Amino acid sequence: MGRKLLIHNDHIPNIHTLDVYRAHGGYASVEKALKIMQPDQVTEEVKKSGLRGRGGAGFPTGMKWSFLAKPEGVPRYLVCNADESEPGTFKDRYLMEKIPHALIEGMITSSFALGAKQSYIYIRGEYFYVARILEAAIAEAYAAGWLGKNILGTDFSHDCSVQVGGGAYICGEETALLESLEGKRGNPRIKPPFPAVAGLWGCPTVVNNVETIAAVVPIVNMGGEEYAKIGVGKSTGTKLISASGHINKPGVYEIELGITVEEFIYGEEYCGGIRNGKKLKAVVAGGSSVPILPTELILKTAKGEPRLMTYESLSDGGFQTGTMLGSGGFIAMDEDTSIVKNLFTFSRFYHHESCGQCSPCREGTGWIEKILKKFLDGTANESDVDLLWDIQSKIEGKTICPLGEAAAWPVAAAIRHFKHEFLEIARNKKFTDISHYDRLNKLARV
Amino acid sequence: MGSQVHGAQKFDNAKRAEIKFSDEAMKIVETIISRYPEGKQKSALLPVLHVAQAEFGGWLSPETMDYVASILNIKPVEVFEVASFYTMYNLKPVGKCVLEVCQTSSCWLNGAEDIVKYIEKKLNIKVGETTKDGMFTLKVAECLGSCGTAPMLQCGASYHENLTYEKVDTILENYRAEGKLRSYTDLDYKNTL
Amino acid sequence: MKVTIDGITIDVPKGTTILQAARMIGPEVAPPTMCYYSKLKTSGGYCRTCIVKVTQGSAANPTPMPKPVASCRTEVMDGMVVENTINKDVLEARKGVVEFLLVNHPLDCPVCDQAGECSLQDLGYEHGAATSRYEFPRREFERIDIGKYVQLHMNRCIMCFRCVKVADQLTEKRVHGVMHRGDAAEISTYIENVIENDFSGNVIDVCPVGALTDKTFRFKSRVWFTKPVDASCDCKKCSGKVRLWMKGEDVLRVTARKDQWGEAEEFICNECRFDKKKTSDWKIEGPTKVDRHSVISQNHYNHLNELKVQVLKQQKALGFMDINKRP
Repeated sequence: MGRKLLIHNDHIPNIHTLDVYRAHGGYASVEKALKIMQPDQVTEEVKKSGLRGRGGAGFPTGMKWSFLAKPEGVPRYLVCNADESEPGTFKDRYLMEKIPHALIEGMITSSFALGAKQSYIYIRGEYFYVARILEAAIAEAYAAGWLGKNILGTDFSHDCSVQVGGGAYICGEETALLESLEGKRGNPRIKPPFPAVAGLWGCPTVVNNVETIAAVVPIVNMGGEEYAKIGVGKSTGTKLISASGHINKPGVYEIELGITVEEFIYGEEYCGGIRNGKKLKAVVAGGSSVPILPTELILKTAKGEPRLMTYESLSDGGFQTGTMLGSGGFIAMDEDTSIVKNLFTFSRFYHHESCGQCSPCREGTGWIEKILKKFLDGTANESDVDLLWDIQSKIEGKTICPLGEAAAWPVAAAIRHFKHEFLEIARNKKFTDISHYDRLNKLARV
Repeated sequence: MGSQVHGAQKFDNAKRAEIKFSDEAMKIVETIISRYPEGKQKSALLPVLHVAQAEFGGWLSPETMDYVASILNIKPVEVFEVASFYTMYNLKPVGKCVLEVCQTSSCWLNGAEDIVKYIEKKLNIKVGETTKDGMFTLKVAECLGSCGTAPMLQCGASYHENLTYEKVDTILENYRAEGKLRSYTDLDYKNTL
Repeated sequence: MKVTIDGITIDVPKGTTILQAARMIGPEVAPPTMCYYSKLKTSGGYCRTCIVKVTQGSAANPTPMPKPVASCRTEVMDGMVVENTINKDVLEARKGVVEFLLVNHPLDCPVCDQAGECSLQDLGYEHGAATSRYEFPRREFERIDIGKYVQLHMNRCIMCFRCVKVADQLTEKRVHGVMHRGDAAEISTYIENVIENDFSGNVIDVCPVGALTDKTFRFKSRVWFTKPVDASCDCKKCSGKVRLWMKGEDVLRVTARKDQWGEAEEFICNECRFDKKKTSDWKIEGPTKVDRHSVISQNHYNHLNELKVQVLKQQKALGFMDINKRP
């Protein structure tokens, strides 16, 4: 049984309320930080913990915090990125819905470290009801003195509020998020300057993912060194994995970084294997934007070593034979799945979500979707595969923000590992769709 | 792709004069504005648009957006730009219940396409259309973060997950019986996570 | 600080962007631009045509930058080494950008008033491929009327954001902006409205394509059949320094004077642009010395050829490949 630090109490009735949360050790990190630690010491613990951003990029959190500019007389902000929109990812929603105080506690402790008097939780608009849950928890925290003026009688005061978005994947990109938080279109900013220097309303700002901020709580409680002992190498601590697709037990799992992918897919504690006794065909391991891998490469690296659920092991082999941990959106597909059609749903998504600011993404994502539609219509030619490859290569790395890469990588990976599927459709001039609903409902569903 | 038909919307000054938040809604709007430093009231735009959409019939008319601009003391064009960028704001009238069926990967892998077809047949409308009685509008949506409980649909603030045809029947019957406008800001949401 | 672009080193003040430094060296190494406009704050970064490869970040930190950067928005560091026309990947990437800009462009140049002075034509000619691989119907927007002076052809727009910045930075009440998103994004007033104020006509001058053209000049003449003349007048609202586009004794069009990069030297007011269409309204200064960014300038290429030879000599001396042999 792996160790859990974030959602270990998710089964406790009413854990979403302050009283129950507190009774199970909640807000201890705020007490510890405010009463016996200096802000820089908190940052130091986060650095020691080796915590890496849980939103997808995996950038070391402590380092990100240390970049924060601290000019005199200018307010600093902590902004929580709760715009969880990467297809296959729903862990933040789970955490916020089940244990909202875990995030709020993390916000207070982190804000103390950063010297932020005000923080915002920017949550995607579709999660409106989750925002209600967070708002209720924030109200409780204010009433109990965990938020507001002079928390725990110290001179640290902090206000935290929630802002709902309006429906745009791109707002998960931190500068687009800040634009949106300022009441504008979610167009990513051109960097530099980075938010650490000029973020929200031009002030120094740290933007962190929900899970990242929640992880600060156990780090402060147990100490960074202790936290770093969990995991393998530079992949320290625990990670929430959103598991979906054709597995027996979809859901959110907290894993110790370092378990094998095989255990995660087939272990009873986790996904419980592939549904209906089918064989696994492919996995998207870290949210829609990371490269898809066929079974043999997701279970074992090209060198034949077991693939582990860590940043390093999943990216072993680069994009030729590896992928990325990303946001931890783990989508498993069984043997009857069409990789081409799955790619179409991804490409349709990126076309729909492109902000339209820069040319390669604005024009390229729509073009890719249209070509993929030709495959589904059975009108594609073999040369269309090369065209797809060329278009994605001309988007990747040429755009303002990472949405370009996010749109390009799935196309490249699908062609790299499943080119035969594209060619088969092009040669036969035929694509036969299957009904996943009928197929899955032959067996009883919940 | 076909053509993008946006065009220029008519603006009705008489309609504009009638638009005003209820006292209750105005209070909420003021609370939202108070969350931001002075002079940064534009930040309240997205949440205030949600309140306006719920308050004024489930969609944002040019007159409603002009009113929101006046409340936040910003240019109307700034509201048009923002409202048209995000997918949750309806720029055309919609039915009382907007059904948004997620269609991205995990939902597709679990039969979302069949759910869409089923609803189309049952309501006798296509995606993007509204039933004649003005009760339902059917839309498809991109990933709503419900991949582990796929397939799913969102209606207002409620997430309806692990959908089956039978479940869809019940959901539609319940909404029809209830007969009220459903908004993202609803407090009586349902979720099955 | 020193920066080397395509083998040519130049000393520039701190805060200079790669693009500005390249322009200081000269047009042969300056990357093409579609959205950057030196007179408009925060412009640039969107179109990606000016991307270059930074092979050495700075003298202090020589690591190359991993991705190509937008030269218009990247500041020079001391000892930075940049490759533009001598880098195969840059040229290939730029070719890709041109293709993206053209996939939904209507290519209605024969009936477009911008033809002959269109940045997209120049870009396509210099950096594009001869054929398009796009086989789908092109995007079409419903036409909207924005007043009696300016014609908006959204189908031709490449989303440079310049006209929005003009409205924001030159005028008080912006009524147009970018609506919707992705490839459905459009320049629009959203509601039926006119874009009209003392300086609104400048959106025409900054538009790199034929998306915003002068209604008073519409279908009057191909630009290459008009004769550009610099003129001025005593204007209370603007500098009054303009360019008249004449046919015989008729003033067909009035624009701002543009520099060698195609940018307005000074923005002019609507009265000068739209209302003063008689030669008697103006004090003629003499024929315009036109730049290479116009087919009108075909007789002025001699000077550029000299410069090109000079640059080539320098590059050759440094051992770079011949830019005329680029793929």
